[in-house]
Amino acid sequence: MLAFVIRRVFQSFVVLLVVGLVAFSMFRFVGDPIENMLGQERTGADIERLRGQLGLDQPFPVQYFKFLTGAAQGNFGVSYRQGRPVADIIAERLPATLELASVSAILAIVFGLGLGVFTAIRRDGWAANTIMTLSLVGVSLPTFLIGILLIYLFAVELNMLPSFGRGEVVDLGWWRTGFLTESGLKALILPSITLGLYQMTLIMRLVRSEMLEVLRQDYIRFARARGLREKSVLFRHALKNTLVPVITVTGLQLGSIIAFAIITETVFQWPGVGLLFINAIQFVDIPVMAAYLMLISVMFVGINLIVDLLYFVIDPRLRGDSSKATA
Amino acid sequence: MMESRLSRAWQSDFLWSFRRSPTAVVSFFVVLVLVLGAVFAPLVAPHNPFDPSSLNLMNGFSKPMQPNAFTGEAFWLGTDDQGRDVFSTILYGMRISLFVGFCAVLFAMVLGVTLGLIAGYSGGMVGTVIMRIADVQLTFPAILVAMLIFGIAKGFTPVHLRDQMAVWVLIFAIGLSDWVQFARVVRGATLVERKKDYVQAASLNGRKAVGIMLRHILPNVVGPVLVIATISLALAIIAEATLSFLGVGAPPTQPSLGTLIRIGQGFLFSGEWWILFFPATTLLVLALSVNLLGDWLRDVLNPRLR
Repeated sequence: MLAFVIRRVFQSFVVLLVVGLVAFSMFRFVGDPIENMLGQERTGADIERLRGQLGLDQPFPVQYFKFLTGAAQGNFGVSYRQGRPVADIIAERLPATLELASVSAILAIVFGLGLGVFTAIRRDGWAANTIMTLSLVGVSLPTFLIGILLIYLFAVELNMLPSFGRGEVVDLGWWRTGFLTESGLKALILPSITLGLYQMTLIMRLVRSEMLEVLRQDYIRFARARGLREKSVLFRHALKNTLVPVITVTGLQLGSIIAFAIITETVFQWPGVGLLFINAIQFVDIPVMAAYLMLISVMFVGINLIVDLLYFVIDPRLRGDSSKATA
Repeated sequence: MMESRLSRAWQSDFLWSFRRSPTAVVSFFVVLVLVLGAVFAPLVAPHNPFDPSSLNLMNGFSKPMQPNAFTGEAFWLGTDDQGRDVFSTILYGMRISLFVGFCAVLFAMVLGVTLGLIAGYSGGMVGTVIMRIADVQLTFPAILVAMLIFGIAKGFTPVHLRDQMAVWVLIFAIGLSDWVQFARVVRGATLVERKKDYVQAASLNGRKAVGIMLRHILPNVVGPVLVIATISLALAIIAEATLSFLGVGAPPTQPSLGTLIRIGQGFLFSGEWWILFFPATTLLVLALSVNLLGDWLRDVLNPRLR
C-alpha cells in the first residue's frame, strides 16, 4: 500500500512538472516578453538590462527552475492586459468559480444518486422511462445550448431569474461570497443547473446500471429471503455496494466541473476564473493562461490522486496485503 | 459483372443490418442531406451571405416565412440584423463546421493510429512514453485541452494572420485534443495482432516492421478506428461549436454554426428568436445524427454482439 501511494504521488509530481514545462514554454516562446514590457522607445541598453533583470540571459533549465519555484509560491508574473499581478486577479475570481462548482457538484450528486436509485427500482415505470429518455437528450445537448435554453425560459419568457452576473456579493475580506444575499442565490440557480446537468445525468446512469447489476446478486435475494425490510435491502445492502465505482467517477467528474465552468461562466458572464481564461485566450494574455493551466492541473492531479487513494478507504478488498485478499 | 457486384454488396451483412435499422437509415440520410447542403452551399443557398452587394439592410430582422415590411421579400428562416438570409448563413456555417470537424478527426486519426501502431508493435521505451503521454492527456477533458492548444497556437501565429489562420488553428487544436482514443484502441488491437501467426510469418519472410504495420496489422484494426472516427466527428463538431461560441474559434468573418449561435444569443432578449433558434437546431440535429450513426456502427462492427 505504501509503495502504491509513493508511486502515485511521484507520478502526480511528474505530471505537474511536465505541465509546468508547457506553461513555462508558453512564457518563453510565445511572443517576446521584452517586446511586451518595453514600449516603442527603447534602446539596446534597455533591452539588455531588462533581459538581465528578468533572468532571460540564463540557461533554459535555470529559468525553468526559477519559474517553478515562483509558481509554487503563487508568483505568475503580471497580466499583459490588465497590468496587475496574475495571482491577485486569480485570487479575486476564484471564489466565484468555486462557489458555482461546489453548488453544481452537490446538485449533480444529490439528484444523480436519487434519480439513479429511483430509475433502478422502478425500472419499468413510466416516470423512470421518461427520466431515462430525458437524460439521453441531456447528454447529447452541448452545455452552452442548455444554458441558452434556460436563459430563454427563465430569464426572457418568465422573467424570474437573472441571466447574467453574480448578483450582490458580500465581502468577507479574502472571499467574496454570493451565498449571503437573495440576488446572489438567485443568480446561482441557472448557472449551477447548467453546469451540473451533464454530470448529474452521468452519475444517474451509472448509479442505475450499477444498482441493477447489484440487485441481481444472490446476496440481495438472500437478504429478501431473510425477510429484511425492502428499505433495508435497497439502501443498506444494495446501494452501499454500488458506491465504489460511483465515487470514482464522481471524483473524476469534479475536475471536469471546474473545466466545464469555463463554458457556463461565459454563457452567464459569471465573473470567475473560467471567464478570465477565455478572455485571456482571446487577447493572448500568456501569464494568465499559464497560471490558469497550472492552477487547473494542480486541481486535476490532486483530485485524481485523492480518488485513487480513496479506493483503499472504501474498498476493503484492496486493504491489507494482497495474499490475504486473494485467499 | 457490375450488376452482380452491386447486388452482392446489397446482400452483404453490413448493408443488411443497415436496412434493418430505421435509426441508421434516417440518421444517414439526415447527415447526407446536411453534408450535401454544406458542400454545395454556393449552389443551394438563395443568397451569398459574404457578398455585401447581395445584402439589403432594409431586409434586416425579417421574420421567417413572412414578407419584409419594407421590401416585401420573404425569407424561409428570416434574416439577421444586417439582412443576411439565415438559411444561407446556416448552409455556409455548416460548411465550416463540417470542414473543421472532418479535418480535425482526420488529423487525430492519422496521428493516433500512427502512434498507436508504433506503441503496440515496437513496445519498449517509445511505446511506454507514448502511452504515458496519452494517459496524462486523458485526465484532462478534451475541450479544455483544445482550448489551451488553441490559445497557445494563436499566440504563435502572426497577428495579421490570426483571423485567416483561425480555422486551421481550430483543426490543429481539436485534432490534437482527440488522438488519444485512436492510439489506445489501435495499440490494444496491435498487441493482439502482433502475436498472431500471420504477422510472425510476414516477419519471418523478411518484411520490414513498417510494411507489416501498414499492410498486415492496419487493415485488421480498421473497424474500431472507423467507429471512433464517427463518434469523434460528432464530438469534434460540438467542440468546434463550443469554442466558436466562446469566441475562441472561427472568426465572425468566417462564421461556423457556433459563431452563428454566439451572434444569435445577442438577439435573444429583443425577441428575434430565429437568428439563434435555427443555427442551434441545425447543430443539434447534425451532432445527434452523426452520434446515432456512430452508435449503430459500433453495434454492427462489434464482434461480441453478433
